[in-house]
Amino acid sequence: MLQTKSVVLDAQAIDRALIRITHEILETNKGAQDIALVGIVTRGDLLAADLAQRIKEIEGVAVPVGSLDISFYRDDVATHFSPELHTTTIPFSIEGKTIILVDDVLYTGRTIRAALDALMDFGRPSAIQLAVLVDRGHRELPIRADYVGKNVPSSKQEHVRFLLEPVDGRTSVEILQAAPGERIGSAPLGGES
Amino acid sequence: MGALSCEHVLNIQDLSNADIMLVLDTARSFKEVNERTIKKLPTLRGRTVVNLFLEPSTRTRTSFEIAAKRLSADGINMSPSTSATVKGESLVDTAQTLDAMDCDLVIIRHRYAGSPYVLTQNMRAHIINGGDGKHQHPTQALLDLFTIREKFGRFEGLEVGIVGDIAHSRVCGSLAPALTALGARVTVVAPPTLLPACPEALGADVSFELDPVLEKLDVVYMLRIQQERIEQSPLPTLREYARLYGIGTDRLARLKEEAIIMHPGPVNRGVELSSEAVDTARNLLLYQVNAGVAVRMALMYLLLGGDKDGLAA
Repeated sequence: MLQTKSVVLDAQAIDRALIRITHEILETNKGAQDIALVGIVTRGDLLAADLAQRIKEIEGVAVPVGSLDISFYRDDVATHFSPELHTTTIPFSIEGKTIILVDDVLYTGRTIRAALDALMDFGRPSAIQLAVLVDRGHRELPIRADYVGKNVPSSKQEHVRFLLEPVDGRTSVEILQAAPGERIGSAPLGGES
Repeated sequence: MGALSCEHVLNIQDLSNADIMLVLDTARSFKEVNERTIKKLPTLRGRTVVNLFLEPSTRTRTSFEIAAKRLSADGINMSPSTSATVKGESLVDTAQTLDAMDCDLVIIRHRYAGSPYVLTQNMRAHIINGGDGKHQHPTQALLDLFTIREKFGRFEGLEVGIVGDIAHSRVCGSLAPALTALGARVTVVAPPTLLPACPEALGADVSFELDPVLEKLDVVYMLRIQQERIEQSPLPTLREYARLYGIGTDRLARLKEEAIIMHPGPVNRGVELSSEAVDTARNLLLYQVNAGVAVRMALMYLLLGGDKDGLAA
């Protein structure tokens, strides 16, 4: 059984982080023209929708939002096979756009690698930036985020999970610890890479 | 551990209802991929898929070939003329030869029922039955189920009529049991000469005539009259068959408003379907073909996806 060891971000802290990330995105891109948000399912897509709403409140611009399921692009289809698929919906052309890729937890970077490949199959964006709520370190690939909610140093034995009110009953980022000898699997609904 | 409860798909009964729904759900994701400009995924990179088609086939073979290519698997096609069977090699030897070349998945079409099973006994690869004799054609059934589900959103309570050459139809052999297992009600419609000895084994009701059941059907599934399979003429003429069992203008008008027409292809225009009945919007023939690629991609993904060592144990 996974035990919650500590809460790294509560609902209020997440809200503050997302406000800051929204402003950083708008500042870096000088507004919301030509940007589009693509969230990695599951949870990244919820965050992307949240960020889009915030951008709309600040700039009055409705930016396109898409969701991306990276199951078919994983480099470990053979060993970490999960038949549970979610839909990829990118109802706009990414050609020439600045795509903000959104995920909840950045860990090894392999999910992002797969997401980059998946995005490229939809066209040629002018740039891709990465926004994550939590960066927990332990990168295995040369990937970094452009927008980070919080850096959370963690050990590989721990599990960092983002919970969101509508699906999980509460909004927080928590570090979970497995009982000794227990293998840490991915969260039932997505989870980090 | 694979995602399905079976290693091979030889008969539709190998798949539980849960397996079938998983295949259909997965196929939906692949259908989205097939609508993209770049219809290619890296998922099965480095896996070898062999299309062993020892009986003429264009659409099924092409469909499997496209499915393998879109998943980045390496697909090899073997037709009767390119396989060593023309030199007298037995199926067992062909299987062992392919096994020695470390194939991951073999799709076999063969004129004898049960030949896919022979492969499973002589190979490590996963086997998909691409049609064996008059026995089964499970991937056709899956794509038909996909089509029906996308159209109606359910199987329970649907009235499905399968019309035509039931006796020689491997399509019916897979589709009828699957529909019944999923809660639809199947009626097979054919003259007695085109019914198998024991049609009840399909779990379906039997009607010798089309007209009495036509108006209750949600799905009218027309089979092709397989002229190459009809050994002793069970029909006086094709014209008589068309008049009694074919869908033309009159029967088209009598269908339920929501009813759809399906056909596994290729169509004999003017026999089981008039040209009008082929080209009407309620005929989902081309939708079925389209769904076929997605369903076959799903099956390949689910069979090969969880395979750690690349080869089935």
